[in-house]
Amino acid sequence: MSETVGLRRTPLYERHLALGARMVAFGGWEMPVQYSGIIEEHRAVREAAGLFDISHMGEVEVHGPDALPFLQYLVTYDVSAILPGRANYALMCRPDGGIIDDTFIYNLNDYYLIVVNAANTKKDVAWMHECAKGFNVTVSDVSDQTGMLALQGPLAEALLAQVADADLAALPFHGVMQGRVVHTPAIVARTGYTGEDGFEIFVAAEDVMRVWDELLDAGRTIGLKPCGLGARDSLRFEACLALYGHEITEEINPYEARLGWVVKLDKGDFIGRQALQRIKQEGVARRLTGFEMVGRGIARSEYEIRDLEGAPIGRVTSGMPSPTLGKNLGMGYVPVAFSTEGSEFDVVVRDRPVRARAVKMPFYRPRYKKN
Amino acid sequence: MAFKTPTELQYSKTHEWIRIEGDEATVGITDYAQDALGDVVYVDLPEVGARFEANGVFGAVESVKAASDLYLPVAGEIIAVNEALVNNPELINKDPYGEGWIVKIRVAPGVGALMSADAYAAYVDTIKH
Repeated sequence: MSETVGLRRTPLYERHLALGARMVAFGGWEMPVQYSGIIEEHRAVREAAGLFDISHMGEVEVHGPDALPFLQYLVTYDVSAILPGRANYALMCRPDGGIIDDTFIYNLNDYYLIVVNAANTKKDVAWMHECAKGFNVTVSDVSDQTGMLALQGPLAEALLAQVADADLAALPFHGVMQGRVVHTPAIVARTGYTGEDGFEIFVAAEDVMRVWDELLDAGRTIGLKPCGLGARDSLRFEACLALYGHEITEEINPYEARLGWVVKLDKGDFIGRQALQRIKQEGVARRLTGFEMVGRGIARSEYEIRDLEGAPIGRVTSGMPSPTLGKNLGMGYVPVAFSTEGSEFDVVVRDRPVRARAVKMPFYRPRYKKN
Repeated sequence: MAFKTPTELQYSKTHEWIRIEGDEATVGITDYAQDALGDVVYVDLPEVGARFEANGVFGAVESVKAASDLYLPVAGEIIAVNEALVNNPELINKDPYGEGWIVKIRVAPGVGALMSADAYAAYVDTIKH
């Protein structure tokens, strides 16, 4: 709890302390894990709106005439399908198909903005520079100059509309636009990591405090709450959105992680294509599986999973009591035979096997604004 | 923020409190511990009759975010568990030194390293910001 030496702080660090946040180390950053409480913040996002400081995330700009062919080579998704003003989830994979990172790619007409995980930013930028050889592109890490906020929840649009000079109603799911928020130039995208409608807002690092303050102020009457990484995790968990280092790592491929939809084998050559084609043909041995605890106990990351005879068959990647569903849920990797709905296995909780049953994912059906 | 540390109790480095009365004792977690953990949503209680060494893991308290082991500050046998925590684990947050007690034990020889309220408060100051 006191190991904060050498950690980086976002421009909102003092604001978090003033709001009574509990600060924790995450991905090399000192970040708020909660303000009023994870459950209260979680509920605010499901029922009203929540505001998250996610300025720890990495942002990389890709400019130049070869930006599209470079990104097509770098990631598994078909970037040509991300039209100007649109964004999509994409994976960077190693040549053997292991996932280097999961990213969001925003097409801003004359360049692409790539958002990467905080803990992976250095690794990703080095990898992107390495892969950019031979392409006429400029890859710039703009993380330090960029502040990033997430405003999420069913009331997010109405709230943002109060302080934004941008036609938010016309912004589709996964749409992105340049506009002004609190009179500050901003990139606004209808994206997020909570399973609710909402926005991610990019502004210059020196402007992020003003935008944060104004949004919190404007949201006071509708139940907006500042939300920490604790609620960010419980919200994404219910929507079964992968968290790097848990559901996805360099030792896990997209098919195992049920992210085959992000791999477009027929788009042309890209890093990992050969390996992924083979993996798809041969089929995977293990698969990410959602489960509900049948016995009393809460599954946690790294807990062992055993078959009913007691043989180890996998590990939990994330687990917690779901605030929205009121059940103890988890995700983990198990052999394909155990990954179908209704399959039973045990999760070892403090040396005691506790029965669990595979259930459908996502646990919580996302409520995105789709036309 | 100042955390409550009642002076009539003794404390462990793992943030349990113990009230020793003759050869019996009541054990719970401290105000600092409940605050650090956040909303308690589940308490893993031991069986009555179970015996533990000093500093043995006798259960766990869990929040949405994490599970935290419970260590028995002194060796002993469980003679009662707080059944109210099964349906109302938040009692640990609301009243950590009262209704949020966790177990009662019969104390066996083999006392662990306990701290006074003052020593514990000073210890908490060294670990929090």
